[in-house]
Amino acid sequence: MSTGNIKTTNVSRPYTWKERLYLLTIPKGFLVTLRYFIRGFFLRKSNTISYPEERRNYSERFRGMHFISLDENKLENCTACYLCQTVCPAKCITITAEERDPKENPVGVAKEKRPKAFDIDALRCCFCGMCEEACPKDAIKMSRNYELAVHTREMAMYDLKHLSREVKNRG
Amino acid sequence: MVTEMMVLLAKVVFIFALCIGAVPFCVWFERRGSAWMQGRLGPNRLGPFGLFQLVADMIKFFFKESFIPQNSHKFLYLLAPAIALVPPMAAIASIPFCSEIHLVNLNVGVLLILAFTGLEIYPIILSGWASNNKYSMLGALRASSQLISYEISMSMALLSMLLVYGTFDLTEIIRYQQEHHWGVLLNPLAALIFWVATYAETNRLPFDLAEGDSEIVAGYHLEYGAMKFAIFFMSEYVAMIMVSAFLVTLFFGGYALLPGMSWVVSASGKAFLLPVFELFSFFLKVAFFMFLFVWVRWSLPRFRFDQLMHLGWNILFPLSLANLLLMGAVAYFLR
Repeated sequence: MSTGNIKTTNVSRPYTWKERLYLLTIPKGFLVTLRYFIRGFFLRKSNTISYPEERRNYSERFRGMHFISLDENKLENCTACYLCQTVCPAKCITITAEERDPKENPVGVAKEKRPKAFDIDALRCCFCGMCEEACPKDAIKMSRNYELAVHTREMAMYDLKHLSREVKNRG
Repeated sequence: MVTEMMVLLAKVVFIFALCIGAVPFCVWFERRGSAWMQGRLGPNRLGPFGLFQLVADMIKFFFKESFIPQNSHKFLYLLAPAIALVPPMAAIASIPFCSEIHLVNLNVGVLLILAFTGLEIYPIILSGWASNNKYSMLGALRASSQLISYEISMSMALLSMLLVYGTFDLTEIIRYQQEHHWGVLLNPLAALIFWVATYAETNRLPFDLAEGDSEIVAGYHLEYGAMKFAIFFMSEYVAMIMVSAFLVTLFFGGYALLPGMSWVVSASGKAFLLPVFELFSFFLKVAFFMFLFVWVRWSLPRFRFDQLMHLGWNILFPLSLANLLLMGAVAYFLR
């Protein structure tokens, strides 16, 4: 490749004399910061919040920690169909199915299969919400809880008992 | 003899208390002011408006481990913070606060202040060299070249004003401004050059190359911790107060009353109110320039080092020289 015949053109905009002088343009910047200063100092407004005391109100569609919804008899809606486990791209859901004890089952055939274990590894989960989309019974759902910090890795493994606690945020 | 010593001691204590007492407010305003300018809240937990945060910070500085790097020059390493506060405080002492309070009344006050601002470079060079750290060394080198470059245009701007005032005595300078006009109206260009140079002198943004955080971590005080760092930090703020007071004295009438105040004083008919109002107007003027320091810091980005040198030597230096010649001619023909 020869470089001899290539003509390069400088396309950058030349500075105007006002910009070169610098003194005429910096007051503009000063005015911006002064406006924000007045906004913060006199009007007491800020863009940040004092987090633990104030919390942002996220959208209704926010995808936080999962939960499993219960019906009026406190039975989980999940019928252990494995659709969420199949669709999960991160493979973080592990379900073990069993037959529900007929004596504890007032709704009969609609809920004769139940999850014996329903484990979610929150550290693997990518919060894509596809489990929620796939569920035919609206059993697995995602709450608006985003405070998922834990002390150990084991604490981030959530079981059926934890997942089926009542969640008010999103039903 | 004893009473003289007592007066001297009282003056030293007064200046020390004034500087040490004013710095926390400056730091508080730096932090909260920057927060307001950026739409944040800033430290607002401890005490009213977060004012006690600085007490907590000071306590922390006192009780942190005093650490000396292994390969540093121990004596110079410790000497640098020990002398860091001296030059700005000594310079402040020679500035009149009002017609009654003038701690060091010399007829060469301007020269004394210039001498002490020149000395401000020593703690920086000592700390940079004694720390035995490349970043510290670079920071110290940058600070020294910057200080020397801007000191020239600063002195030129100052000289052009001295031609007008015809005296080195700060009280006389203020009296001239009270009788005629403030220096900034007589020679706005010199005021501008002097003002720009003060930012380079105090290593403040947009000229804070000496501490350029993104390139050399913290510059000359990188290897300092605990109270030794706090002393460098304080000396920076005391230097800011000092140059603001000097700028106010030279160009903005010093303790000369602000417009409207003289009417209040004469209407009340009480003579003792005059120094009070003088002190108040001096405080307001200095406070305005301290606010300007914060305002400029959070508005303008940092210069590159070659741009800094270009501005200092190719623009401010010829400009101040031309200004000096012009003022010399004006002063010669009008007098």
